[in-house]
Amino acid sequence: MGTIGNPRDYLILTNNPLVPACMEGKGLYTIDFRPELSYREILTLVRDKVYLGHTLYTHPLAGSVKPNETPYKSVIVSMVPHQFDSQQAEIIANAIAVFDKFKPIGWELNERILRDFQLIDYTLLAGAIGFDAAAGLSKKI
Amino acid sequence: MKLELGYIQINDIQFSKECKVEANTLYVDPDAVKAFMYEDDDVKAWVKDFSFDVAKPGESVRITPVKDVIEPRVKVEGPGGMFPGVISKVDTVGSGKTHVLRGMAVVTAGKIVGFQEGIIDMTGPGADYTPFSKLNNFVVVAEPAEGYQDHKHEYEHAVRIAGLRAAVFIGELGRNVTPDESEEFETLGIKEGIEEYPDLPRVAYVHMLQSQGLLHDTYVYGVDAKRTLTTIINPTETMDGAIISGNCVSACDKNTTYHHQNNPVVKAMFAAHGKTLNYVCNIITNENVYLADKQRSSDWTAKLCRLLDLDGAIVSQEGFGNPDTDLIMNTKKIELQGVKTTIITDEYAGQDGKSQSLADADPLADAVVTGGNANEVIILPKLDKVIGTLDYVDVIAGGHAGSLRPDGTIEAELQVITGATNEMGFNRLSAR
Repeated sequence: MGTIGNPRDYLILTNNPLVPACMEGKGLYTIDFRPELSYREILTLVRDKVYLGHTLYTHPLAGSVKPNETPYKSVIVSMVPHQFDSQQAEIIANAIAVFDKFKPIGWELNERILRDFQLIDYTLLAGAIGFDAAAGLSKKI
Repeated sequence: MKLELGYIQINDIQFSKECKVEANTLYVDPDAVKAFMYEDDDVKAWVKDFSFDVAKPGESVRITPVKDVIEPRVKVEGPGGMFPGVISKVDTVGSGKTHVLRGMAVVTAGKIVGFQEGIIDMTGPGADYTPFSKLNNFVVVAEPAEGYQDHKHEYEHAVRIAGLRAAVFIGELGRNVTPDESEEFETLGIKEGIEEYPDLPRVAYVHMLQSQGLLHDTYVYGVDAKRTLTTIINPTETMDGAIISGNCVSACDKNTTYHHQNNPVVKAMFAAHGKTLNYVCNIITNENVYLADKQRSSDWTAKLCRLLDLDGAIVSQEGFGNPDTDLIMNTKKIELQGVKTTIITDEYAGQDGKSQSLADADPLADAVVTGGNANEVIILPKLDKVIGTLDYVDVIAGGHAGSLRPDGTIEAELQVITGATNEMGFNRLSAR
């Protein structure tokens, strides 16, 4: 499921390098890769878009990995503003509130763990829109 | 549909060349289990080796990182076999007779991802938080084959299948053993149920299944739940392994396969069936990432509740964050159909318990049972033996830099313990 939308209308906001590495140029969607942004900053970027009327396509808290564990976040919104949706605005506002209640945990994440966090974020995103995550990975490799 | 469960109590597990269940003891040859697991091509391809251990209640043992917990069972009468669509053929299960090796479990452990999680302590304060400390655990530790780093999907699948196969192998040893105790469970057809219990409220169990993606999956008769529409299942089908866990994230509130086999909501509703309520059926629905999927699935749940003319529904969720939205969507829409709901969840209310517990809320969701606050901080003592590895303790959900302290104790949030705040209510923190 998750393929009913129009991929041309998908704007992927992400700070996860694995997303452009596996998905760039392999679909009709647009990837806005922001490596300089934190998890929370991606959420606020999404929030601002939703406030402008962009449709929120994927849940901002996808995954059971807690927001204070992983540095990566990818969310899909519409390319262009449609109509402001108060329920979606509530979802993204709640997501930021959830982020803020978790204490920073001060992990020093090594490359291997970072790669695993990238992988989880990427596969959840890919699964949501019916993108073949394994195929994307093998092309990358 | 009627199922009889015959319980064979297992009080001890012994490694032995002969495999059998005798006098409430399981005798098992790890090499035979290993050979049976390796009959599967995916296991052969992705698991380099297995090691085995036994952890008994009260022992100074810590098992970590835990992937799944599975109860060995065997179908002795009636159609189908254990874990249909995955290990056995896809025939419908849930009727006839099934033997249960009660008092034990197969626990799969070992690294999959670098932030792996899940602790089962067999003694001390940690043991109080997990139901699996009360079981005799046959622990299977998997070691990945070379190159698994780039094939996590395949490796997770292989370990999942290996655990189920170990449980099937052990369950089979109970086939010809006379159970210590038996129990029957029956679900009537819709019309039969109304005729039999005309005055009792009609109640169903809305069982939400984790279905977000890699390490966050659940399978129903072998089908990835994220690709399903909301549907109806007989409660007894779940007792025969129709629903299995592929969820490795969020140890405290993930539903292991053991939880699905022994779902406490199903148990409690059967106990009340014909007395205070008419237990109609289970409705299974998913928890996808795509918002339109959430809308479709929750619309469908509400539609089925109305179609079944329910008076009430119990709704349980699985996982953290995103599923809260599904939970609230389901609950709100079911209530708007005139069906009363009670939800079961856990809380992430911050370490002081003062923060908002869920990521979503609605005034119609006004009856809640909590499984506890996953952010609560606990200290776990050093134990004598570790099965698996402590490599991940600093980087598991609920842990933090320095979680594993120099003296061997662990300071972490309750999140680290497998099953601690289970959202079916299968734990020790609920008000029950």
